[in-house]
Amino acid sequence: MSATKTAAKKHHGPRESLFSRSGAMLVMAICTFYFLVPIWWLFVAATKDRSDFTTSAPLWFADFNLFENIGNLATYRDGLFFRWMLNSILYAGAGAAVATLFATMMGYALAKYDFRGRETLFNVVLGGVLVPATALALPLFLVFSQVGATNTFWSVFLPSIVSPFGVYLARIYATSSVPDELVEAARIDGSGEVRTFFTVATRLMTPAMVTIFLFQFVTIWNNFFLPLIMLRDEKLFPVTLGLYIWNSQVNQIPEIRAYVIIGALLSIIPLIIAFLSLQRFWRSGLGTGALK
Amino acid sequence: MANRIARAGGALVLVSALALSACSTGAGTDGGTDAAGACTPSDGPVTLDFTTWLPGMEDAAAIWNEKNPDIQVKVQTGPNGLGGTYKNFFNQIEAGNAPDLGQIEYDALPNFRVQDGVVNIADCAGVMDAQDQFIDWTWSQVTFGEDDAVYAVPQDTGPEALFYRADLFEKAGIAIPTTWDEYAEAAKQIREEGGYITNFSQSDINAFAGLVWQADGQWFKNDGEAWDVTLDSPESIMVADYWQGLLDDDLVATLPAWTDEWNNGYNSGEVWSWVSAVWGANSITSGAPDTAGNWAVAPMPQWNEGDSAAGNWGGSSTAVLKGSEHPYEAAQFALWLNTDPEALASMNKTANIYPATKTGGDLPAFSEGLDFFGGQNIYDVFAAAGAEVNPDFTWGPTMTQVYTDVADGFSGAISGSGTLTDALTDGQQKTIDAMKAAAIAVNE
Repeated sequence: MSATKTAAKKHHGPRESLFSRSGAMLVMAICTFYFLVPIWWLFVAATKDRSDFTTSAPLWFADFNLFENIGNLATYRDGLFFRWMLNSILYAGAGAAVATLFATMMGYALAKYDFRGRETLFNVVLGGVLVPATALALPLFLVFSQVGATNTFWSVFLPSIVSPFGVYLARIYATSSVPDELVEAARIDGSGEVRTFFTVATRLMTPAMVTIFLFQFVTIWNNFFLPLIMLRDEKLFPVTLGLYIWNSQVNQIPEIRAYVIIGALLSIIPLIIAFLSLQRFWRSGLGTGALK
Repeated sequence: MANRIARAGGALVLVSALALSACSTGAGTDGGTDAAGACTPSDGPVTLDFTTWLPGMEDAAAIWNEKNPDIQVKVQTGPNGLGGTYKNFFNQIEAGNAPDLGQIEYDALPNFRVQDGVVNIADCAGVMDAQDQFIDWTWSQVTFGEDDAVYAVPQDTGPEALFYRADLFEKAGIAIPTTWDEYAEAAKQIREEGGYITNFSQSDINAFAGLVWQADGQWFKNDGEAWDVTLDSPESIMVADYWQGLLDDDLVATLPAWTDEWNNGYNSGEVWSWVSAVWGANSITSGAPDTAGNWAVAPMPQWNEGDSAAGNWGGSSTAVLKGSEHPYEAAQFALWLNTDPEALASMNKTANIYPATKTGGDLPAFSEGLDFFGGQNIYDVFAAAGAEVNPDFTWGPTMTQVYTDVADGFSGAISGSGTLTDALTDGQQKTIDAMKAAAIAVNE
């Protein structure tokens, strides 16, 4: 025991004691456990058939029926669930892509161009970060219903392409990572402003853009209140709203419960994929934003 | 400059006033209800929007659409009423783009009436004549006792009875209780066997209301001018005291309703009975699969021996929402949906609904014994109960708030602070406050 202690001291310097280190590890372990147990439960529950669900231990497997369950879900109401998944991917994927482009353009403009009212504009955008999306849903509903656009794809898509936080992040990042000299050099070489933005600035801002994309993707994917208010046609639902509605029908049709559980499991897969594949960029993006 | 804006504004007001009057004269001639209350067919084909949360409503609408090429119905889906659909209805009514038809539960209908969100369809052809087809109390739910007024067409009901574990009662030699006194007695015996006679839910305040309803209690009354609020009526307090007694002696389980724990309570035989509505059969069947064949259904226990009063838990109506341009067609569809045997059979198949029509119990789906209930035809019991539900029970205009406030009090009582009776008297005051805050007249 004392040998390990001295070894630890030798390697990590005198200020880090074994006690604080293991304390930190313990807290981390508890947190990890706390966050992973619900997902584990969801996975286990999704593999059970209906009768095992109530009778077997909640955190361990009974008969493994995952693929049958997915098969049932795929045929239930003509595969409506997968249509919702596609909708969510479209809302979140396309919405986040457009939002990223707009936010990057605005952040770049705020960082690199000096114009009157620049700081005011930036402050307004910062104010936008503080307004919760749920508070905007009802006014948006009234606006969209004035132009007869509720219950359409656009009523969910258009509000999703605005990302004040993205603008903020893009401005900070552009200020620190796109040198003025480079922009000047591009101008001297005869490149127009738009071309400079797309060929020079976006290259340098890629980590920030990935971060904005990921943030916005998750926000839109999890956005529930706006579609709840806007949409009536179940063919337009994102997966969050669809599952919520199924869940509210469980009293009427108990077997829907199984579909809700397996659907919930499947619905987090795209998020996991997005995180794992973009994590590298995301971390470097956040780090840069924080350091400079 | 300012002057110009003012003039433009004036012009705008004028234009919209014209547009409004054009609309209203239009409505008078080619459909819609005008001030005189006429309800006339529209010219030409019509498409109606219908928002509901019943699964598979498209199937019923498809049958109608096939037969009525000029009146097509498009079904839209939302979460259940309190889960967001009512809120959406109110938003849409305010924005002027509500669907033509909406599903509204009986307990929420007064709220829509008070906020002027539903159309009086009494003058639409056939509506008044349909009264005889519906179970009496459901008709009072949609008319509020007003003359020449019908605010929705009854859809389904939830007459209550006693679900019980026939095998356990028999093995323990306990007679099936027919009165609430016997029920309390049986509760003690079952406790000695290690089980609980039933589960008392802190969250289902409308289940508790069903028990008050059975005891001839009233929570609300509208005299046409103002509301009486009587959450603390003598009948209501009697029911609360009864259950408080069972809670105090640890004779009923207090599992959170509709959870896995709760399902497991029934599935494992820990909980022996449940006073619930006709749709409770699905909940039991799916929640307690291991107990298949061991259940049976009997009429609710009575307060006075020899009575046959029943409570009701749940039930919906189909209403024509304010702003619909085609109330005539909408009313025709609502009537058909809730009286046509084919439509009722379709809704029963996709959503297990139990119809509000007097002949609803004759559907083929209700004519057979169920294996889960040992082959008993449980629907006979519920059909008899449906006829015994007090027709005068009235819901108030602020039920969402009542449910929340009383449920807060109930969960306090279950965890040992306060009693169910306290919850009702507190709820009484909070309800009066909430109604006053909403500018609804209250008698005190």
